[in-house]
Amino acid sequence: MTTAENILTVIDNEVKGNDVVLFMKGSPEMPLCGFSGQVAQVLDFLGVPYKGINVLESDALRNGIKDYSNWPTIPQLYIKGEFVGGCDIVREMFQAGELQTLLKGKGIELRERA
Amino acid sequence: MAMNADEIERRIKVALPDAVVTIKDLAGDGDHYSALVMSEAFRGKSRLQQHQMVYAALKGSMGGELHALALQTVTPDSAPTTAH
Repeated sequence: MTTAENILTVIDNEVKGNDVVLFMKGSPEMPLCGFSGQVAQVLDFLGVPYKGINVLESDALRNGIKDYSNWPTIPQLYIKGEFVGGCDIVREMFQAGELQTLLKGKGIELRERA
Repeated sequence: MAMNADEIERRIKVALPDAVVTIKDLAGDGDHYSALVMSEAFRGKSRLQQHQMVYAALKGSMGGELHALALQTVTPDSAPTTAH
């Protein structure tokens, strides 16, 4: 049994317990939505270790994450407990170099490819 | 459960009356759009806050009636080079 309150606790624990967390449709290896796939691709490109959480595995999770962040869409990227944004924001930040700066500023190792 | 482009534009302009809204139907299915929204109201706001303002204008439609909206927000003096 998963109540609305305890799914928020589960989400909170994931967000706070992992440096980089991506709530997505599908898995990092097999994204099931183009938007989720784009964010996974950016993180993979930067060589950022992250935890991918598939919201399609649970309706409670899929709805709970939207309440948790007050953000209506998936994917959602969190870095060190902070909500960064969805696909468009992540892509724009990556293209501007801001995502790399944010990650480095929070002490997260990048293995950026040439 | 599709929403047409005019309705998206109308809802955004109710919340942001000065907005210049450019919408493309990416897949031709009334379900996957890109929107470029230019408004003075975005000035001084973070990207996250700007996107929140547009989502708030679309009140609950995102992820429901409206499956996917690739969103780009700009202020009038920082017009983008491309509207994806």
